[in-house]
Order: sequence, then structure tokens, then C-alpha cells
Amino acid sequence: MGRIGIVSYGAYLPRYRLNRAVIFKALEWLNPGGMTGEKAVSNFDEDSLTMAVAACINATDEIDRKKIEGVYFASTTAPYCERESAAIISEALDLNPNVRTGDFTGALKSGTVALLAALDYAKGGGGNMLVCAADCRLGKPGSSVELLFGDGAGAVMTGDENPIAVFEGAYSSAADFPDFRRSEGDKFVRASEERFIRDEGFAKIIPEVVHGLLKKLDLTPKDINKIGYACVYARDHATLGKKMGFEPGQIQAPLLAVAGELGAATPLVTLSAMLDEAKPGDKLLLASFGNGADALVFTVTEEINKLKNRTKLSKCLAAKKELTSYEKYLVFRGILPIEIGVGQDIAPTQLPLAWRERKTIMALYGTKCKKCGTPQYPPQRICVNPKCGAVNEMEPYHFADRKGKVFSFTEDYTAASISPPLIYSMVDFEGGGRFIFELTDCESGSVKTGMSVCMSFRRKYHDIERGIHGYFWKAVPVKE
Amino acid sequence: MADGIKDKVAIIGMGCTKFGEHWDKSAEDLMVEAFQEALTDAGIEKKQIQAAWQGNQFTEVNIGQSALPLASTLKLPFIPVTRVENLCASGTESLRGACYAVASGACDIALAMGIEKVKDLGFGGLPRANEDIMVMGTKGRLIYPNWVNPNPGMFGMMALKYFERYGYSIEEGKRALAKISVKSHHNGSMNPKAHLRREITVEDVIKAPIISWPLGLYDCCGVSDGAAAAIVVRADMAKNYSPDPIYIKSMQVAADSGEGLLYTDYDYTHIEAINRCAIKAYREAGIENPREELSMMEVHDCFSITELVIYEDLMISPRGKAIDDINAGFFELDGKLPCQPDGGLKCFGHPIGASGIRMVYEIYKQLQGKADKRQIKNPRLGLTQNYGGQPPFGVCSICILGH
Repeated sequence: MGRIGIVSYGAYLPRYRLNRAVIFKALEWLNPGGMTGEKAVSNFDEDSLTMAVAACINATDEIDRKKIEGVYFASTTAPYCERESAAIISEALDLNPNVRTGDFTGALKSGTVALLAALDYAKGGGGNMLVCAADCRLGKPGSSVELLFGDGAGAVMTGDENPIAVFEGAYSSAADFPDFRRSEGDKFVRASEERFIRDEGFAKIIPEVVHGLLKKLDLTPKDINKIGYACVYARDHATLGKKMGFEPGQIQAPLLAVAGELGAATPLVTLSAMLDEAKPGDKLLLASFGNGADALVFTVTEEINKLKNRTKLSKCLAAKKELTSYEKYLVFRGILPIEIGVGQDIAPTQLPLAWRERKTIMALYGTKCKKCGTPQYPPQRICVNPKCGAVNEMEPYHFADRKGKVFSFTEDYTAASISPPLIYSMVDFEGGGRFIFELTDCESGSVKTGMSVCMSFRRKYHDIERGIHGYFWKAVPVKE
Repeated sequence: MADGIKDKVAIIGMGCTKFGEHWDKSAEDLMVEAFQEALTDAGIEKKQIQAAWQGNQFTEVNIGQSALPLASTLKLPFIPVTRVENLCASGTESLRGACYAVASGACDIALAMGIEKVKDLGFGGLPRANEDIMVMGTKGRLIYPNWVNPNPGMFGMMALKYFERYGYSIEEGKRALAKISVKSHHNGSMNPKAHLRREITVEDVIKAPIISWPLGLYDCCGVSDGAAAAIVVRADMAKNYSPDPIYIKSMQVAADSGEGLLYTDYDYTHIEAINRCAIKAYREAGIENPREELSMMEVHDCFSITELVIYEDLMISPRGKAIDDINAGFFELDGKLPCQPDGGLKCFGHPIGASGIRMVYEIYKQLQGKADKRQIKNPRLGLTQNYGGQPPFGVCSICILGH
């Protein structure tokens, strides 16, 4: 067994940013606030699961996903209580069917718990494990956590094949510390008093695991090039680092002002930020917080210079669009019910059909004709090329990773949409194949024919009455 | 080659209700009204009808499944009654069933009924598309872009490609499309049975709210309730019943087989099924130059852009030149080849299953010289055409009628 650690990494932040001033403007009569900066908010068709898929795609952009042996997903906001998110993610990523999957939930530290489980898997002789963490927690309108929480996802792949950061060791603690909670049926997270969360919570628990780990590895704060930790509140971040013995230059800037407190995703997104900047030889210390804490140390290797893409989180931070309407935010998050059109309720999902067609729907598989080479979506038995028409000569063909071009499009004001107009397009894929896809993460007036698009795994519908989250792929305009 | 259906079947009686929002009428009321008019027109007794067809798309709005609604409403005793459904071609399909039965010698007199009662939905538009009518069955719910009717958008995408290909700006293109709707509103204003009877201007069309860009409100047809019926007999018996029977010259159907939706060759500026259907129909009817030989047309103007590409797909206008004909007034009521003399789907209204027979009703009345203020001078041959589905993937029906 070689050295184990992180083989690749990725991040995803939803495109929309809600400036906290927008929330103040709407709710100043209720909560005079005090928090500045902006938070990342997911589009109406995103949730923790879709953001995790996006982060995983970002983390495996230079990797053959068929070499992945499992997926661990950490979140406190998984779409289903019973029905595994990691299994859905592995379908969307088109992993081998014999992978190991697991959901880690409950605690905000579940991101590092999943990461440690994946490192243990490698330690036990296993191979590449994809670890992703995502959250989109809701604070009650008018609450301070509403201002605090942001949406996002991080992912790393662990293994022993040329790691970019070698795992040196970890130190954990468990505590039933009552900072945040959400019970069955709760839509919003309840928070304890901020001073209590600080003084009895992260200000004690994070130093305990950080110092515990340094001692265990026989290191001092000076040996650490960068430390990233999840300490909930921006104003306490620098103080805590100083208290633990770190200089300001050693402390990874928190994401609170640019993305918000990302829940279970905070450690992995923070790690992405650290790895975007890391140099070979750097020692990175990462600490989570939530019902205890985990601290981990990694040593960055020369392998990191071989990665072609080192702007994983920085690109997410740069690719943003202001959401200027607080009401729209409430609608996107399902807080404010709206009329999307009478009679436009969601048709039942025929689950045996969805199961049979899962490669088509979840992994965006079509077919390619072995006789004439024409890719076609959805899968056909008889070739759609009028000059071919070969029968049963198809092989599976994966469209999800392929770019396409907008052949034609429309902005439909009659279609049911939470964010009208519904924009959809006839997409022509590079290498062949054509189908109609909804466009997302774009505004009315911004789409042109010939524009490049890539495919993004999104929530197609949420059938609240029947408890079904329907997922499918949409097209997102990409800058050339 | 089979010799086709030309001059084997004649229509001796037709009926058509007013199309519109019939809040106070049921599907039964509408069927009885259309049927009684057709029966009186044909001058026969109900018991002479030996087979019947019922065309409708939506079973879930008022009508229900099977052809039993027709059999039980009209009290047709123990004869074969069959429901047919082929999207917007359903009405023409029911007439085709009746005509083929008569032409085959299976019976002498048959009834075709088209009916739809969409306004019972309680909301505007059509039933949600993902429930029943997606071209890929209920799999469509899981992969199509939205969960309502994608038709305005699919035709909107065609308009965009058409303008692009032939070098029209969006404004120029919309102005040409507007003239199509203005013409149909003019014709519809003279038709007491039409749903929408108000004249409009090009500016009204241009300024209307966008439905599915670039198409606006007046680029879209109305959604209506209505029924239409036809009684057909063997051609050699026609004169026994009617002094002025109208003869079927051709009935053709062509369905797209999916290439347009999935294969990148399709240019999205025409509808292949309509063109293929037209070629077959003209051959069956013995028409060599449709632009010269046809006297009038009732085509499937579900959207203004649809009517525009139909002009080209039916080989009336050369490819890319339909706008020249529109600007020249070629399709106006007093033009060379009047189109939509009754107001079309745009103004007469569009109760899906009834529309095909409604079109035949207008051609029938025109050929008999009974079209009142809308009467076209000395018509010889008329064409009706439906297209169900969406531009890359649909079914076209064509009927040609004459003396």
C-alpha cells in the first residue's frame, strides 16, 4: 500500500448570491441584523444532492470515474430520509454498480466523518472513494441563521494512487453540544444563543481537537502552513485562530462573507479553497465542528502540480449572479408558496418505468449505432438515422459529460415553472445527438442560438404529495 | 400500386356546432347538435347508419374512454362504433375510418364524429401534456423540459430557426406572422359559428404579450369546445340522397418517425411529415400543380408559424418564399388561394378532435356554394390539413375534396 490521502478535489457553489443587505431591506422591521456580505443560494432546481453531484463532477474532471469504488455523501439536508442519496449520486455519476455507498448525516461534522471513513477504507486496502458533502439549510425568515446559512458542496476523492495530499492523522471528539437542531417535520434549523455556541462550543471544542492532533503528530502550530476550521461566526474566526496559536497568514479565510455557513459542506469546501492555493510540502490542518469535531492533517505532494485544474473553488466564487429579490429566494427555497398555474400539478412518477430507464434518466445515457456511428438520445432500438435504420445494433452512449450547442430555443411563459419563463432548447451535442433540454442558470434574454452548453444534474420536480424528488439533466450555458 | 380512395366516397351530410367556451353544454349536447344537423342535411334516418367513428384526443375531460360516448349519446343501436385518436389529426382520422369502411365495401353509410370538451378543464390551455400525450409515452414526464403543454415552445423554436435561415429579423418575422393572424381574424369575423369574431390589426399582434418567445398571444389559436360530424356514402349512391354531394379526392396520413427530434439533419424550418403527406395526397387526387389547381385550404394554424411553414410544405409557396406570398395577399379570402376562409383554428377555435371535420365542413359548404359572406368564387378543389404533435415529431392528415 502506498501513501493514502486525497487524490483529487472539487467544489460547487450555486450561481446565485443573496447579499445580506437584500434580506435586511425586506426584514429590517423584524431583524435589524448586523451581518454583512453575501451567501450562496441554490437555484430552485438544486438541492444538496444535485450540488453534491456537481462537486463530484468537478472533483473527477481528470479521473476515470469507472475507477471509483464508492461514494460517501454527507449532509443534514438530504432530500430523502429513507432512500439513499449516495446511491442516487452514484447513478448520476454513472459509477460501477458494485460500489459502496453511504449517507452520513445528523451532524455538521458529518463531512469530515465521511472523509475519515473513506481514508479508513483506503487504509484497509480499498481504492478510490468519492466523498462529497453538501447542505442547503434553512433559517426561519427574520432569524440570524437565515443570514448565516449558505448553500454549497465540496468533494474529494481519497485513495492511495498518487495522492495530491497525504493523510497524516486525525483526532476526533464527540459531544452532544446543543448548538443547532432540526427535528422530524421541522423545515427550519433552530439555534441556541450565539454566545453559548461560541463560548461553550467551538471556542472549546475546535482547539481541543486541533491541539490534540498536533500533539499526536508531534507538531506545533508553526509546522502548519494553513489551517481551515468551521467556527460558525465570522467575527470569532480570527480570534479563535490566534487563540490556538496561529498567525493570521496561516489561517484560511472563512467563506462566511462570500458563501455563508455551508453546514456539513463547510470542511470540504474549505479544503478545496486550501488546495486551490497549496504548494508541495505544505501541511494543511482541517477541522470541522458540530456535535464534536474532527481534525485532520495532510501534507501536500508534488502530485498537486500535475492537476490541470487548480481553480476549483475560486471559479465557483467568481461565477456568480446577484439574486436581488428576497421574495424570489423564499420561493426558490419553498418557503413562500406560489401559484405556478392551475392544473399544472405534477403527474405521478411511474417508478418501475423510472427504475427500468434509470441509465437514460439519471446518467443521461443514449445509444450509438454501431453501423453508422450516430449517437441518439434517448436510447433507440432501431437507428434514427434515416439512411441507416439498423436494428439492434446499438451500444450505450454517455451524453452527460458532453458539451452541446443551442440549436434553437424558446422562452415559454405558459409552462409551469418556479422561475418563469421556462427556457428550453433543442441541444445538438458535440459528436452528434440531439434532444430538447430545459436550460437553467440563465435569464430571459441571455440565450442565443449557437451558444455552448454543458449538462447539469438538477431536480426536475418535487412531487410533495407523493414524496418524490424527480431528477434529470438540464443544460447550462457555458462561457467559451 | 393501390388505386387510392379518389371518388369512391361522398359526403352527403355535415353538421358543426358553434365552437367556443360552451360552459352550459356537455359533450353529449354538442354531439347531438352536430349529428342532427348532419342527419337533416343528409336527409337520411339514423337507422341507415351502419358504422360510426368518434375522434377525440382527451378522454379525461368530460368525454371518457372508448366510442361508447358516441354510441350511447346518439343511441346508435348495435353497430360498430370506434374511437380513434391521433392528436390533432383525430377528427380527420375518424372521417378516414368512415371513408375507408365505405370504400372497402364493408358498409354503405357511415358516420364520422369529432368532439372535444376541453373547457371543462377549468383552466386555460390543454390538459397537462406529461400525463398522456407525450410522444414517448409517460417516459416523457421524466425527460421532457416541462410538465405542461410544450406546443407553443416547440413551434416558437421553429419560428426562430425559420427567421434565422431565411434572413428575417425577429421583428420582420413577427410582422409577417401577424398578417397570417390578421387574415384569419378577418375571415372569422364573418363566421357566426367561429369562436373569436373580432378583427385585429398587425400592431395588435406585435404588441400582444409573449406566450412562447418569439410567439405572442395572437400567434396562437384558441382553445374551444365543439363537435362536427359527417355522413359518408358510397360515391355511386350519393345522388340518391343529396343533390350536391361532395366527393373525397384523397385522404392521407403521414407520421414523423422521430428523426427530427433526435437526428441533427432536421433544419427545424419545415415539417417533413406535412410535405410527405402532401406528396401522397396530391398523387392520390391527381393534382400536379397544387398552387394552381387548389381553390381553397383549411390548414392547421395552431400557431401562425405553423401556417407559414405549411404553405411551403404543401408546395404552395416555394421554400423560404411564403412571406412573399403572404405580403402579396395570396392567401386572403379574395386572393388567389384563400386559406382559412372560416377563420381557421385561430378564430373558428380548436376543439382538438372536432377540428379536422370542422375544416371539411367549411370546404363542403364552400363547394356547395353555401358559405354566405365568405363564399369563394367557383371553388373546384379544397384541401384540409391537420398536424398533431410538435414540429419535429407529429402526425399530419390531409383530405382533398371536390365535386
